[in-house]
Amino acid sequence: MATTRTDPGRIAARAEPRSAARPGRRGPRRSGGLHTLVFLLPMLLIFAVFSWLPIGRAIVMSFQQTNLVTDPVFVGLENFQTVLADPLLATAVQNTLYFALLALLFGYPIPLVAALLMSEVRRMRGLFSALAYLPVVIPPVVAVLLWKVFYDPGEEGVFNTLLGHVGLGPYAWLQDADIAMPALVLEATWAAAGGTVIIYLAALTGVDPSLYEAAEIDGAGIWRKIWHITLPQLRGVLLITFILQIIGTAQVFLEPFLFTDGGPANSTVTVLLLIYRYAFTNSLGGDYGAATALSLMLALVLAVFSALYFRLTRSWSTS
Amino acid sequence: MRTAPHRDRGVIAPADWRRGRVRWGAGAAQTALLAVLVIVGLGPMLWLAKSAVTPTQDTLREPLALWPNGIDLANLSEAWTRVEIDQYFFNTVALAAGAWAVQLLVAATGGYALAVLRPRYGKVLSGIVLATLFVPSVVLLVPLYLTVLDPPLLGTSLLNSFWAVWLPAGANAFNVLLMQRFFAGLPKEIFEAARVDGAGPYRLFWSIVLPMSRPIIGVVSVFAVIASWKDFLWPMLVLPDPALQPLSVRLPALQRFVELDVFLAALAISTLIPVALFLVFQRMFLSSAGLGGAIKG
Repeated sequence: MATTRTDPGRIAARAEPRSAARPGRRGPRRSGGLHTLVFLLPMLLIFAVFSWLPIGRAIVMSFQQTNLVTDPVFVGLENFQTVLADPLLATAVQNTLYFALLALLFGYPIPLVAALLMSEVRRMRGLFSALAYLPVVIPPVVAVLLWKVFYDPGEEGVFNTLLGHVGLGPYAWLQDADIAMPALVLEATWAAAGGTVIIYLAALTGVDPSLYEAAEIDGAGIWRKIWHITLPQLRGVLLITFILQIIGTAQVFLEPFLFTDGGPANSTVTVLLLIYRYAFTNSLGGDYGAATALSLMLALVLAVFSALYFRLTRSWSTS
Repeated sequence: MRTAPHRDRGVIAPADWRRGRVRWGAGAAQTALLAVLVIVGLGPMLWLAKSAVTPTQDTLREPLALWPNGIDLANLSEAWTRVEIDQYFFNTVALAAGAWAVQLLVAATGGYALAVLRPRYGKVLSGIVLATLFVPSVVLLVPLYLTVLDPPLLGTSLLNSFWAVWLPAGANAFNVLLMQRFFAGLPKEIFEAARVDGAGPYRLFWSIVLPMSRPIIGVVSVFAVIASWKDFLWPMLVLPDPALQPLSVRLPALQRFVELDVFLAALAISTLIPVALFLVFQRMFLSSAGLGGAIKG
């Protein structure tokens, strides 16, 4: 406010003893009244119908035979047995692990190196981060379809032309069971790396410059500063991006679905693709029980893995 | 939100920057990085832009030619009208707008009630809202689909209705968390002063809290619109009618019966809005990407 004109009425109102009006008030007003409920209503309704109920339903459904036509019947652990007996499950789990491993190899070090270099840029840092982030902005479906064109198996395909200049190829890319998965991971890494770079850049600006100055007084060079200061300072962020990437890649769906639909020779069938097939592409009507059973098992594995991971990394930090 | 301290130095000491070897080494590494970023980040988009106005034969024969033989601007108009990209485009916009409105309504009112009105059961309630963050979305896929087929209270299926996309989008605990944290950080004295001046909870929400919360509303809005524009699996499941589908769902199907040049033009059109939004709101995008990483942890 520019002026300091005061309103006499306001002052009078302020001067009134407020505690008398609301006895027994401690701290900020706590109300459980109707007005609060009105504000909570949208959240309560939406979360109840579209989050809490479906989560409960998932647990119930995994023990039921449900096909929308007949009434659901409880079948005990039969859904879990069906899923575990599916010969495709082992393939799907292997492929998902392979995807996650490749995604770590491709996608974990590159953003870190890029962010470290970018944080030393003096001018036009905005240009660097904008360029790095651009692939993240492209809608994922568009990105996959565009890369599908790049992966044209013919000699005139974009990637085959590029590699042809250095005497490699032509490769069949998505039609070759051996390189289909790495091809998927390459696109997924391209599409996601920019987001990780930005997270690392934000974390790097939080590193206290006086730490570097102290190290310089002790005669540390650039590499030792990176190893002994920068990386330990980024440790928390690095640990979290690691687990987030594992959780994300364990649920990969878009790339295998759109690029290859699981082929060639089931080499890109992932767990999520299997869940999708159980529920939505079964010609005999969706096997919703098996689909939820498998998704619950996946969630359980991820939960156990994250819990172990955080326990383990916590004990590292105290040692 | 923590604002980063201003830094005028990084790993490399200011004194080192004056040394020739460091200067050249860092400069060369950065130039190389810039070149890689241009090729990897901008390259595919430029290729798409070029191919969108190039005849199919040119793209197939010489995909990497810098300058096409012929320019075929008709691709764009053909994609827009004959392939009916316009319709899918407007479906995408409508889906994003509705999802944005529902998410903002749920997160703003819920966050306000939890952070400012603070009912006695508030702690328990935010607990069970936040707990949903730990449930992977794959668990919800099938039961949510069955909920949409036969929603409680409504008595009619939401299949082939935009509501099937809009309403579930609101159940986003991350938005509620962001709003709640922001509201809780607003100065309490202002709320007290407003109450003393006779403002009820509705007035306080509408005239005080919301106008003060533009930054967080912007962040949640960007998240909401982008997430909706990117979404594929869910709209594909609940909108089987092609006339209602957004671009993301329709494009893979189009690939099968549309010529390559028109298809690439359709891809280019679909990329336009997100990229334009990014260029306009660059700062907000980049800071919310960093924020997203900070809070997810």
